[in-house]
Amino acid sequence: MKRERTEVLVVGGGPAGLAAAEAAAGAGRSVMLLDDNPRLGGQLWRADVRDAQSPHGREVDGRRRRLAAAGVVVRMATTVIDAEAPTRLWAHCADELLHLHADRVVLASGARELLLPFPGWTRPGVFGVGGLQALVKAGLDVDGRRVVVAGTGPLLLAVASALRRKGAKIVHVLEQTSRARLARFGLGLWRTPSKLTQGLSLMLRGGALPLRAGAWPCEAHGDPTLRRVTVTDARGSTSTIECDLLACGFGLVPQTRLARLLSCEVDDGVVVDALQRTSVPNVFAAGELCGIGGHEKALVEGQIAGLAAAGQLRSARALAGSRRRALAFARRLARDFALRDALRRLVTDDTIVCRCEDVPWSHVRDHTDARHTKLTTRCGMGPCQGRVCQPALAYLLGHGPDRPRPPLRPVPLGVLAELRTTIEGTAR
Amino acid sequence: MTLDCDVVVVGAGIVGAACALRLAERGEAVVVVDRASPAGGATAAGMGHIVVMDGSEAQLDLTVSSRALWREHVGSMPDAVEYDPCGTLWIATDEEELATAEVKREVLRARGVEADLLTAAAVAEAEPGLCGGLAGGLRVPGDAVVYQPGATRWLLQRAVQAGAQLRPPVAVERVGDGRVALRDGTTLRARHVVVAAGGQTAALLETRALDDAIRPRKGHLAITSRAPGTCRHQLVELGYGRSAHGHAAESVAFNLQPRRTGQVLVGSSRQYGATDASVEPGVLGRMLRRAVALMPALAHLLIVRTWAGFRPATSDGLPLVGPLPHDPTVVLAAGHEGLGITTSMGTAALVEAIIHGAPSSVALAPFAPARAMAGGVGA
Amino acid sequence: MPDHICIRVDGVEHRVGAGTSVAAALWNAGVRAFRVSPSGAPRAPACGMGTCFECRVTIDGRPDTLSCQTPCREGMEVRTAHEA
Repeated sequence: MKRERTEVLVVGGGPAGLAAAEAAAGAGRSVMLLDDNPRLGGQLWRADVRDAQSPHGREVDGRRRRLAAAGVVVRMATTVIDAEAPTRLWAHCADELLHLHADRVVLASGARELLLPFPGWTRPGVFGVGGLQALVKAGLDVDGRRVVVAGTGPLLLAVASALRRKGAKIVHVLEQTSRARLARFGLGLWRTPSKLTQGLSLMLRGGALPLRAGAWPCEAHGDPTLRRVTVTDARGSTSTIECDLLACGFGLVPQTRLARLLSCEVDDGVVVDALQRTSVPNVFAAGELCGIGGHEKALVEGQIAGLAAAGQLRSARALAGSRRRALAFARRLARDFALRDALRRLVTDDTIVCRCEDVPWSHVRDHTDARHTKLTTRCGMGPCQGRVCQPALAYLLGHGPDRPRPPLRPVPLGVLAELRTTIEGTAR
Repeated sequence: MTLDCDVVVVGAGIVGAACALRLAERGEAVVVVDRASPAGGATAAGMGHIVVMDGSEAQLDLTVSSRALWREHVGSMPDAVEYDPCGTLWIATDEEELATAEVKREVLRARGVEADLLTAAAVAEAEPGLCGGLAGGLRVPGDAVVYQPGATRWLLQRAVQAGAQLRPPVAVERVGDGRVALRDGTTLRARHVVVAAGGQTAALLETRALDDAIRPRKGHLAITSRAPGTCRHQLVELGYGRSAHGHAAESVAFNLQPRRTGQVLVGSSRQYGATDASVEPGVLGRMLRRAVALMPALAHLLIVRTWAGFRPATSDGLPLVGPLPHDPTVVLAAGHEGLGITTSMGTAALVEAIIHGAPSSVALAPFAPARAMAGGVGA
Repeated sequence: MPDHICIRVDGVEHRVGAGTSVAAALWNAGVRAFRVSPSGAPRAPACGMGTCFECRVTIDGRPDTLSCQTPCREGMEVRTAHEA
């Protein structure tokens, strides 16, 4: 077990974490930044391995250079697995267990996609929306492939156009929200003048993509790899279309497991005050894990959290206006892309809900709490530790999250065996 | 006064479930109550071993008879019980432990329990993932493991089929004089009340004389992802006895169980004095270091989950099974420490014998609650 | 950094672009059963970002390694459910 000390520890290397690390380092603090991905940028700024000159790639490169110049220690492929105290975390990197002791911790663990179960969603060829984009940026070839992009949120159009640039034939973009709500969202974009919304606004108006609002996939067919998707809408009409890939994601959910392990108060996301302070002293949170709102919210929150963690409260408070505007955008996102009830009825008795353990809907639908569901059905007992089924069941059945337990991610036994307490008096 | 039923069983863990089944099959009208869903307490938190243990004569009596009762059910168990007749392989790390193994073999054989001494080479062949340099081992082929929440639910389902009633979760406030007061305001009246509430048992009784009789003994466990074939037997180091039967404040011992899923359940630790069920990294680390020292093949397997729970431990390592001296309507079936899964069946047989005044193949006296009462009987 | 590197997938050599993740390389190579679920169904990546664990394979002898979080390295040995 290797022990390291830093003043500010930032967990997550997406926009929020990058901004927090830069702000804290700029205020003269020693900073360490961790991320479990192999590359910086998080999901929103994921670099394209085949295009070093992509805008996101350049953005992240610039920030990486600034962090290096400021002396920030960046550790990639490093995952927090347990906590001895809120500012003493254990992390796993390659075959090493690290004990990281900080004065302040900034959580910036982002969001993951909400994947909802429907018949056939486990077939090879069915991905999340951000999921397919991430794989394509990591080199997955979609040239000439017929792709259906489905689910909800501004990500659909952004991903569909990115896939098309890679040669994919976009068969349909299916947005579950109604045309009226989509129009309302599009009209609201003028209030948030930024690169993100300009792009979205162009896409929404441009109509160059085969966008269909108020429609969603209800079954994926194949043998067993995906071949066709059945699409339905509010009127109940259905049609089946041939495709090679289905990218289907129903929005994002905050990644709150580490925050919950540290006993931070969480409702829809980690609860923070105007200075991004959580309910636990010396623990800050910024970005999507505090509530879904996109990269501009993440950046300003990250900056505030980094400054506040460095003790620069006046500078942090000066960003309150930007934060308010970003939060207003987040509220419009939540309102205009709220999931319709029909999506709760896509599952059939034999639809797999827990992908790790192959637990079907018929086994879980009558259970009222997550722990009992686990013990009775094995739902959530696999290596993903409920990351996929738990938010799905929260949506389908209203289950609250189970208490996170170490290790926060599966870790080789030989690494976990290196756990040793470091706090005087509790060492056994 | 009209009775609601013949017997109320307080506790829907494995011991309560086995008692409910045994009594319902005997024709008693049984009601089972628990504050939580079945198998929600120590049952779910532990391992699923069905093993013969020789910590004392009485423990040997109870585990041998219980294991035989489990084996009677083998043909009728559904898949969900995950009964695996994998046997136990006791590992001797040195010559001293091998001598212990030899003694253990004689003790078991005297009870008709099959047990074979293995050379170091035979141990390595039986379990290729173990480390080298071991002295040998003792294989007890009749031992088994189950998935204990599945086993508990199966026992309860059969009890219900035999006429027992399982109440929805409701907290029990007080037990005594043929009554069970529930938090929802109802009181159940019965000829007997079987209290199988593990570590919560003493708090439900009117007497305070048993308050220190069952102490929580914390244990940690970890489970790997699926890796079929990693271990083929339940593996226990012979030094385990020092951990299980000793009274050290904290100890760890090597104990693995293969699960039917191909996962490996990794134990074990024992702590007195801990009150909070959170996983303690220091204890977990020690326990895993012991595991990987004896089985290096575990090092690359992913640990997907860890947890901790409390065994209901008595000072002599034997459960409290029998009527309260001052209130024979109350029959205790609690304090099984880490052997509740194994001894649930035998405990149910003892409870049946006690309630019906019938002869028991296992002597009742060593389990009588009176032995554990502060200030002597009836205080 | 070279443009291409070679990895072995279930014993067969594949040339992949430098920086490609193992998950992307396997999909491009036609692998559709990265792992087999407990009931025997083939599974392939879904989340692409280390959440769903569907893309786990054995890499250089390490079981249950997330292929979507692992960049290809020269000479890497990957075993999928096909070989397991």
